[in-house]
Amino acid sequence: MNQTLPQSRREWLLSDAPQTRRQARLGAIYQGWLTFRSNKLAMLGLIVLVLLIGMAILAPWLSPQSPFSQNLAGRLQPPSAAHWLGTDHLGRDILSRLIHGSRITLFIVGTVALIAPVIGLFIGTVAGFAGGWVDQVLMRITDIFLAFPKLILALAFVAALGPSIGNAVLALALTAWPPYARLARAETLTIRNADYIAAARLQGAGPMRLLIRHIWPLCISSLIVRVALDMAGIILSAAGLGFLGLGAQPPMPEWGAMISDGRTYILDFWWVAAMPGIAIFIVSMAFNLLGDGLRDVLDPKGGRQ
Amino acid sequence: MAVTDTGAVAGQGPQGGGPAGQGPGAPPPPGRPGRNAARRRARSIGGTLLSLALTLLGLLLVTFIIGRVMPIDPVLKVVGDRATQAQYEAAWRAMGLDQPLYVQFWRYIGDVLTGDFGRSISTGQPVVNDIRRVFPATFELATLGTLIGVFIGVPLGVVAAARRGGIIDQIARVVALVGYSMPIFWLGLMGLLVFYGILGWVGGPGRQGIIYDGMVPHVTGLILVDSLIAGDWGAFRDAFSHIILPASLLGYYSLAYISRMTRSFMLEQLSSEYITTARVKGLSERAVIWRHAFRNISVPLITVIALSFGSLLEGSVLTEIIFSWPGLGQYITKALLSGDMNAVLGGTVVVGTCFVALNLFSDLLYRVLDPRSK
Repeated sequence: MNQTLPQSRREWLLSDAPQTRRQARLGAIYQGWLTFRSNKLAMLGLIVLVLLIGMAILAPWLSPQSPFSQNLAGRLQPPSAAHWLGTDHLGRDILSRLIHGSRITLFIVGTVALIAPVIGLFIGTVAGFAGGWVDQVLMRITDIFLAFPKLILALAFVAALGPSIGNAVLALALTAWPPYARLARAETLTIRNADYIAAARLQGAGPMRLLIRHIWPLCISSLIVRVALDMAGIILSAAGLGFLGLGAQPPMPEWGAMISDGRTYILDFWWVAAMPGIAIFIVSMAFNLLGDGLRDVLDPKGGRQ
Repeated sequence: MAVTDTGAVAGQGPQGGGPAGQGPGAPPPPGRPGRNAARRRARSIGGTLLSLALTLLGLLLVTFIIGRVMPIDPVLKVVGDRATQAQYEAAWRAMGLDQPLYVQFWRYIGDVLTGDFGRSISTGQPVVNDIRRVFPATFELATLGTLIGVFIGVPLGVVAAARRGGIIDQIARVVALVGYSMPIFWLGLMGLLVFYGILGWVGGPGRQGIIYDGMVPHVTGLILVDSLIAGDWGAFRDAFSHIILPASLLGYYSLAYISRMTRSFMLEQLSSEYITTARVKGLSERAVIWRHAFRNISVPLITVIALSFGSLLEGSVLTEIIFSWPGLGQYITKALLSGDMNAVLGGTVVVGTCFVALNLFSDLLYRVLDPRSK
């Protein structure tokens, strides 16, 4: 994308002596982008995800049929010209359902990836910054959540709250935050005694201001890397909940639930279960590749070995 | 400290969680030797036990809360919906639900400590008996899965690190990436389709074929072991043909994780100076890798394996459903779907306790095996 820009703009971005803060910031982003772009696999992941987002936005126009329209006469049809990926046990077009299902997947992943790190960031930085008994209590709570098997805890939450997409998101977020809290706390502990924090404190900055303006920004890049690497896991957990019937409820075209629909017919009509699984695989693979690339950019220390 | 490391399992980056895997290894600060060291060690073990107790207490608190906010009325489940108001209230009182919450929680802890998780509504049995019945199946599956993961994953990780960038390293990378991206229940279904439906190489869902069902005398509950004890080769072969597919599936996930962690531990060692010294000394590459570097990663590796075993005990939920494996995961899920809360919470507490126990185990092993932590 940047290749088409005039040479001078590129030089301006890569300048060793930026004139303004904005130039320095944009230059840093551009440098990161160059590193990222040199990683072909990460670019592949990015392209797949951009396509996925496009697919989710344009779902009603892209899908050949309605994801809900049933046709019992044409049920369990193999892939053909009319139904590229075949039809399911109610005669619904699998391709259309996959396309619409991308919205649900993105919604779940996006929301969990927003909620969990924020909870973790808050708890971790407060614990690390406050120290003392606050730290003890918060970290003990984190340990308790870590000690729980994640999927089973999510299952129990969803069972208690009732199965629905919203509750699945909540359950996944509630089980996903502890690692972020640990990470944020570890970062905070290394920053807490830095000179610039002492300087800000001497200038009269209160604890909230120190936390929000000076500590959070430094924790965020390592959290982003972690989120990007966890995205695939979130997709798989969400699909697992859907497969067990605890996520999106029928007739919503959630990918995990679609695999569950096809389970009964697996030996004779394999495509019903196979297609959504391939979709999940491609998307979580893309997230994994993207996460790898992002880590190389944002966290050069822990980069590829 | 004991429970900190679960993060390594939770964080399944394609390259394994770097720092998370090294949790319990932080050696205590150097100090004067002798009695002080012994006292410090006793205190740190005491601290570990205290944090263990607190964690278990928290685990019970969370399950207790989940059980209370559950929209299912436990009384109605017992008396049925045609009970009169008086009967309902009598049962309500008999179940102790009229007491304040902290009293209920106190009783709950007492019950759990004495091994009483209540009665399962769907099987009519005490939950403890149910768990005792289903646990060996899960244990057998997870153990075999971990063995597969260790025996393939560790050598794969070591070779990948030794010949970095080589063909084996690339293969290991792809294997791990696919393992982290594939939904386990889908892979299980496809495995059933190919190896059972089309090729007919393995037994189908379940633990045993119908003709062998209940034929092997119950000794350990592990059918592979029991059939060997009974000397029944037919039953052993049958059980093996049923377990091999789900165990390979779990083994694959465990392999993906173990090989990544092994690789990154090995790379860390191979870049240290003592390795250069050993090479300069003229040792063979094999001796450098296996006798020097590998020996130094064996301790953190044990932690990784223990954690991976713990996550298989849990991760087998979906696998057990796919393969109709009569284990703990299937038991919990079935109970969940039928609103059988005693069974769900009992199962959750047992799995959580296993998790904590495994963490404690690897932590203690670390202390025993790693000379630096003495």
